[in-house]
Amino acid sequence: MALASRRTRSANYQTLALNRFLVIFSFLAVPLGLYFVWVLWPTLYTFYLSLTNWDSFTPPVFAGFENYKNLFSDPEFQHAILNNAIWILVFITVPTAAGLALATVLNNNLRFDRFLKVAYFLPMVIAPVIIALIWSWIYLPQQGLLNAFINLVLQLLKTIGFNVDPKSAYSIGWLGDPKLALVAVMAPAVWRQTGYVMILYLAGLKTVDSEVVEAAKVDGATGWTMFRYVIFPMLSPVTTIVVVVSIIDSLRSFDIVNVMTKGGPVSSTEVLANYMYVKSFDDNRLGYGAAIAVVLFGFALIFVMMYLRQVMAQEDEGTA
Amino acid sequence: MSLAQPAQVSKVVREKKIRKGVHPAIIFVVWFFALLWLVPIVGAFLTAFRTFDDLNEFGLFSIPHVFTLDNFTRAWNTANLGQFMLNSFIITIPSLTACVLLSSMCAYALVRFRFGLARPLYMMFVAGLMLPFQMLLLPVFKLSSQLHIYNTYWSLILIHTAFQLGFCSFVLRNFMRTVPPSLFESAVIDGATEWVIFRRIAFPLMLPGLAALATLEFTWIFNDFLWALVLIQDTHLKPVTTGLANLRGQFTTDYPLIVAGSLVATIPTLIVFFGLQRYFIQGLTVGATKG
Repeated sequence: MALASRRTRSANYQTLALNRFLVIFSFLAVPLGLYFVWVLWPTLYTFYLSLTNWDSFTPPVFAGFENYKNLFSDPEFQHAILNNAIWILVFITVPTAAGLALATVLNNNLRFDRFLKVAYFLPMVIAPVIIALIWSWIYLPQQGLLNAFINLVLQLLKTIGFNVDPKSAYSIGWLGDPKLALVAVMAPAVWRQTGYVMILYLAGLKTVDSEVVEAAKVDGATGWTMFRYVIFPMLSPVTTIVVVVSIIDSLRSFDIVNVMTKGGPVSSTEVLANYMYVKSFDDNRLGYGAAIAVVLFGFALIFVMMYLRQVMAQEDEGTA
Repeated sequence: MSLAQPAQVSKVVREKKIRKGVHPAIIFVVWFFALLWLVPIVGAFLTAFRTFDDLNEFGLFSIPHVFTLDNFTRAWNTANLGQFMLNSFIITIPSLTACVLLSSMCAYALVRFRFGLARPLYMMFVAGLMLPFQMLLLPVFKLSSQLHIYNTYWSLILIHTAFQLGFCSFVLRNFMRTVPPSLFESAVIDGATEWVIFRRIAFPLMLPGLAALATLEFTWIFNDFLWALVLIQDTHLKPVTTGLANLRGQFTTDYPLIVAGSLVATIPTLIVFFGLQRYFIQGLTVGATKG
């Protein structure tokens, strides 16, 4: 009798557990199914593709580590890595410093601060492709905005008495000269990123404990000391996010490079994201492209781990 | 006296705050760069309203002799900009809707049922945010051709929905965690099923978060270039991003047309941004600061 009731009770628990599972499943099946098929599985499959010689016409054939071996002797690939490194260095310094400085200033309720914030933030709303198209026009040697402006400055200098030829401005090929191209391509990316960093720091500054700031003020901290020793340390979680996001964004930089230069001239603006696309879809070497993607992923992973640690730390803090 | 004093002190501090302000030189620098930041956009705007001949003859910094809408009408009619814009909406709206709905279900399940996999799944979504698109590009390309949706709107709708699902679930899950669990538990006692609780209680509570997400996701999906480049080949199916890049190949020297087209393509995201600016910025900063 007691046994029977226990058995029904455990059967009840089983149906309860089953019900619970079915309910959870009904919520998660579609979203997770989509995510697994279109995101998770493709990510794993790229590892396999990187070990094949897939050319999109014939099915992929296993080729071992040949693609990786070829990568290391590929000068264009090395160029891309170097440019990515430069890109990352610029991205974690210039927009970060500028964005932080802007946020610190704009946090003081200046007059017309809404206008100022929008001015800096506007590029973030515009599609990177469109930014690339507009900046391609800016850089046109004959009809572009930049050379026209330089011409104007040279004309001014000439009237003051300097020995310069204003017409020479029109011979500067910003995207055509391998020495200038990388800077020219990074400028619009920095233009876009600065406002984003500013917004992140502005949000961060709102969470800075005003009591601590007041206490520091009482202790005599002002200006730079206050910023350096009180506010900046309190912003460190935001700084971590900004640095990680900047690195990931520079590794992802594809649109601007692809539209403005396609990596040229003579691979002076080549980056991994674009090189991967070019090898895969212009040269039909998709296996090779997959290997480049894996390298890109490897770099990204280091910084994603940093980000995950930060999120987990916040998570545990939140539950504690 | 002793009661009045703290009030007085804080008043002094507040006045001091306003009076102290920022050094005029710094304000000047901030304004200078703000205006410099607008130069590319304003310059593009002015060029788009001028004719090619006018620009060529008198130069960029001349006073315009003619103001014309010609570049815009040509972009719209000859260059097929209207079709590209329509395609962008056909791709963006369903992706956005599906993504927001599915991720709200996902977020609800992750917060409401404390099952063992909830945390690993959450971490997977967080890691997924940072994934370079290149890492899934080729298999998605392959899968789309195998499913015969390559070169259709469907391929883009599916990948956008799936990829953005990670970010949306991440944000909404954090949003849902601020809701006290007792709210759901009391509904269970009243006999409501989980789906009823989701529809009647959880989903309405998520709406502010959804608004922030939707504005952000709209611009991301609308501005996408890489996926459209890889998955859509026919010109008449292209969204405005790849459509415009394509136009540049055709109208190489006709830059006022390209610039005019670029400006038109920015209008929808600008409307979303200015209309819902507060939500947009909330959405952007949600991953960066707690709460």
